[in-house]
Amino acid sequence: MSVLNRLSLGLGLVFLYAPIAVLVVFSFNASSLVTVWGGFSTRWYGVLVNDGPLIAAALVSLKVASLAALVATLLGTLAALALNRSGRFTGRGGFTGLVYAPMVMPEVITGLSLLLLFVGLGLDRGLVTLVIAHATLGLGFVAVVVGARLKGLDGSLEEAAADLGAGPFRVFATVTLPLIAPSLVAAFLLAFTLSLDDLVIASFVSGPGATTLPMRLYSQVRLGVNPEINAASTLLVGGVTVVVLAASFLTGRRGVGNQGT
Amino acid sequence: MAPFLTLERLTKTFGAQVAVADLSLAVPAGEILCLLGPSGCGKSTLLRLIAGFETPTGGAIRLDGVDLTGLAPHRRPVNMMFQSYALFPHLSVSRNIAYGLNGLRRSAAAARVEELLRLVQLEDFGNRRPETLSGGQRQRVALARALAREPKVLLLDEPLGALDRGLREQTQGELRAIQRRLGTAFVIVTHDPSEAMALADRIGVMDKGRLVQVGRSETLYERPVNRFVAGLLGDVNLIPGTVRDADGALVRVETALGPIFASGESAPSIGAPAVIALRPERLAASTIDGVAAGDRNTLDGQVEASIYLGDHIRFDIRMRDGSTIRANIPAGTGIASETHVRLSFAPDAATVMAA
Repeated sequence: MSVLNRLSLGLGLVFLYAPIAVLVVFSFNASSLVTVWGGFSTRWYGVLVNDGPLIAAALVSLKVASLAALVATLLGTLAALALNRSGRFTGRGGFTGLVYAPMVMPEVITGLSLLLLFVGLGLDRGLVTLVIAHATLGLGFVAVVVGARLKGLDGSLEEAAADLGAGPFRVFATVTLPLIAPSLVAAFLLAFTLSLDDLVIASFVSGPGATTLPMRLYSQVRLGVNPEINAASTLLVGGVTVVVLAASFLTGRRGVGNQGT
Repeated sequence: MAPFLTLERLTKTFGAQVAVADLSLAVPAGEILCLLGPSGCGKSTLLRLIAGFETPTGGAIRLDGVDLTGLAPHRRPVNMMFQSYALFPHLSVSRNIAYGLNGLRRSAAAARVEELLRLVQLEDFGNRRPETLSGGQRQRVALARALAREPKVLLLDEPLGALDRGLREQTQGELRAIQRRLGTAFVIVTHDPSEAMALADRIGVMDKGRLVQVGRSETLYERPVNRFVAGLLGDVNLIPGTVRDADGALVRVETALGPIFASGESAPSIGAPAVIALRPERLAASTIDGVAAGDRNTLDGQVEASIYLGDHIRFDIRMRDGSTIRANIPAGTGIASETHVRLSFAPDAATVMAA
């Protein structure tokens, strides 16, 4: 790699990760002043562990993320199967667009429209509405990830199974599902992190007693940034990184991800 | 033998494109039929119609008196060996072969798998994953898996296409031996004429969705019905002319090279334009003053090129009308040094076809 390439790569990485690095470094600050370095300490992680409301918010986030990811994976996989395995049907292109469009929809609009829907239905805002909203958010991404895997799958495998006497259900259970399983896990993890990260939609559809971690952090920041927030954010960044790496490992593994690419 | 698998006026269209056009064919039990044709001629679509992966636009498929036309693939007593082999990558060789045996008791299925592994000489490979096998081994696993359910007809899509040449010839022999042992009817799709001739009891030549000619290799090679079949199966000289006279199977054709007597079982009527197909190896060559037997056709010409190819010499002879006739003459006849030669051939060696 030439010097110029190294330099531009370095600049790019600094631009992307310097803010996060600052956050991580200051989470280990002994001083209670956010911008003044007072030596290395893990005291804020201790404070964090004993911060009841923050832990409660984290638990809400994990619960919502798990349930939402589950629902999104289920529905998104069904959508991907319908779009990739039902042959050509009228409006297939339109359906594909409709499944993918919410991914590029501004979150404010998604949040607002969901809020209007829930109010219209008379649904009390709380955990349930959060799960529904985040499942909606993740569904499109799941359909993309699983759909890519289905596209890469040699269609003659399913034909061979049918040829050997397997009905449609057995074909799916014994051939299609095992072969797309890694992409299901990856899609689940992706939907999970999307839910964990979301602040905008959650602000619209959440109610009392269902405060997620990002909501809690945001409200604390408005009262002033303290090193405890840095510590919580560092843990969140670490967790999300691990999950995303796991997801990309699962989709990138040989013979498991997009075989064609 | 009574027909076993019959296709009746089968048609398949994809939008405006006709893949299989009004095709009728009967395959007797125990026969190897090769469907031969260039890519896009509809031979693979025909196979997929028989397997049930495509629904015909018109016509019927019958097997042993049972109408298969509306049946789903998993309900048809036929099996297919895929061109890509389509082995399940997440299952071992044994479990691949056992996939179609789920109606059997476990012990019976295991015994059947053992038997099939022996049949394809892969006894020690049962626990291996397909990805750890060589191309030839995968091909045999695919064959064993397709045979597991004892299909009445086995469909093979380019079964040897993915193998290299040496292995292909060996596998052709094995495939025939297995078929003879089991007596299962094989319908094999291939684009390779020499493979079709090596494997088939009968060859069906397809062109643009139609079955052009069905018959034994010799018939197709010696008595092609048109230029397409003649050219597909090997080198051929095509001499245009007009039918003048017919006496039984013997036809006199007026050509730019003079009158030629040829065999014409399917010749066009008198006065119609025709083409004579003449294989290069059916020609004999002599010196220009040599005398040919009375009933033989003779063609005189100038040697344009001669290439020594070991077992024969390939001559390109310029005729008096400017056309070129190719003749493959056994080496060692002393004709190689001549500049002018006389070619001769028996009427039986040439076939008259419609132009």
